[in-house]
Amino acid sequence: MALTTTATTTTGGAGVTQAKIDQRQKLFNRICFGVLIAFALLWLVPLAWAVDTALKPNAETTQTTWLIDNPTFAAFQRVLEDTAILNWFGASLITATLTSVGTVITASLAAFAVSRLRFRFRNLVFWIILAGIMIPGQVLIVPQFREMDALGLLNTYWAVSLPQIPTAIAIFIFKQFFDGLPRDLEEAARIDGAGWFRIYRQVVMPLARPAVAAVAIFTFVTSWNDLLWPLLVLTNPDLMTVPVGLATVQGAFGIRYADTMASAVLGAIPLVAVFLLFQRNIVEGIAGTGLKG
Amino acid sequence: MSIETVTPRARPAEVPGSPASPRQSHGRPAIGFLLPFALLYLAFIIGPAVYGLIMSFFDASLVRPGLGSFAGFGNYAEALQDPDFWSSLWHTVWFTILTTPPLIVLAFVLALLADRVNRGRWFFRLAFFAPFILPSAVVALIWIFMYTPELGLIEAALSKIGIASPAWLGDPNWAMPSLALTTVWWTLGFNFILYLAGLQEIPRELYEASAIDGAGPWQQIRRITIPMLGRTTTLVAVLQVIASLKVFDQMYLMTSGGPNFATRSILQYVYDQGFTNFRLGYAAAVSMLFFLVVLAVSAVWFSLVRRQEKEV
Repeated sequence: MALTTTATTTTGGAGVTQAKIDQRQKLFNRICFGVLIAFALLWLVPLAWAVDTALKPNAETTQTTWLIDNPTFAAFQRVLEDTAILNWFGASLITATLTSVGTVITASLAAFAVSRLRFRFRNLVFWIILAGIMIPGQVLIVPQFREMDALGLLNTYWAVSLPQIPTAIAIFIFKQFFDGLPRDLEEAARIDGAGWFRIYRQVVMPLARPAVAAVAIFTFVTSWNDLLWPLLVLTNPDLMTVPVGLATVQGAFGIRYADTMASAVLGAIPLVAVFLLFQRNIVEGIAGTGLKG
Repeated sequence: MSIETVTPRARPAEVPGSPASPRQSHGRPAIGFLLPFALLYLAFIIGPAVYGLIMSFFDASLVRPGLGSFAGFGNYAEALQDPDFWSSLWHTVWFTILTTPPLIVLAFVLALLADRVNRGRWFFRLAFFAPFILPSAVVALIWIFMYTPELGLIEAALSKIGIASPAWLGDPNWAMPSLALTTVWWTLGFNFILYLAGLQEIPRELYEASAIDGAGPWQQIRRITIPMLGRTTTLVAVLQVIASLKVFDQMYLMTSGGPNFATRSILQYVYDQGFTNFRLGYAAAVSMLFFLVVLAVSAVWFSLVRRQEKEV
């Protein structure tokens, strides 16, 4: 994400017309900036309003004003004490980590085979994997639920994570990355007698850190936010993930809006932290998936 | 996600006699590398897909094991004759129609503006993208409060400029547009990032050359930016349509499909039939019908991509 130079700065000083165009461009850019700021602020309003309300005492939330007479953290305290939100954080952390690690390992191994090894039906294998992109997970909830029931995995974290691990898109990202890596190092390793697994682990994977980061973070966020599937397989309140837990207590606060917003803000905090830490990886991951493919 | 990456690239290493010689096959290591993924893929995607297809021809029930009695195409016939099936399918399509154009056009415009601005781009990325990483449950909590009659921020803001608010989520006609507005706010950032990345791939020299030729900003946008972003737009549009068709969370959390089932989506219909009415076989059949719709959209996308690649 390099900073862009406006078109005219590099060609400046080419006479009167150039100066005119410069001016027009400058004005245009200023208008752009104004519109953009307005939209960005508008976009931040709901989040700011949630935080603002969460800092009010419940009694003050009936006034639709940004001003807070008696700011307090009491709402956060009540949510932490009255709900199992800390358990939900734990459940989300475990399932999202499990999904994320599982996806990175299985997808990178498979992508290594498709990118580096030659074998019969290689293209066919890749096409079968690709076809998986076409099947939205939501279409499979009924048979997958039956399967988890039969395996006795309902109300376990395995039930949440396992079906989310085999994602074709992750293989895709890894394959593209591997395809772009130079082969000299692994050639040398081959000649030295290294096996393929050692090349994967010691040569290719250390070079593939950006792809690992993109896949890991993106899988983590997607898994953390998933609602429908964990809602089906987790019915035990102690095991619920953050989205499922929040969905079940949604109505419980009634008109205690400060408490409701405090639960929303608390539910948002872990991922906002992840986002702030890994902003670049997330953004590049999305851009890479979408465009380079 | 396009087809071009499937073709193996030219391999400089394929000199005869070198370790990666084409004559040498690595079948056995390949199986080892593919196995972990293949097992999970078979067990949790392909297996359930096949089982779901079989189930859709039976009267399977949540409360008894096994498939139940054979129903032939009975489940499919019933779904196609059920007005509730068609209305929930229509709600899903209506939601898609309401969300897709703003999510494409607004994302494009904002990315275009952000691309022209040198300062503070991190701030815009933060503002537009931050909502996207929030769980739907958090988004629902915040927006239900915003839409609350009398206390909500939206009604307060509108009444200040003299506009009377409808009941938003409580009004059958306004509930879906309200959900659409929330969704635009929530997911715009994803498309914004895709467009921003697409814009950065356009060579700057094109703009410089056209500026020397006297082209103004509008002409540059019309003649350079929009045509150069054709592929990005195809991608954004299809990803968006598929994402919108899969809508479930917003309705489930914000309106429970109401008022009076006015916002029940097709996935919620599957959920209700399968897990509230225990009719798994029927729910599997409806899933298959929904899958056909998604498949049709994907097929249109593939043909569009093919055509665009031929043009290049």
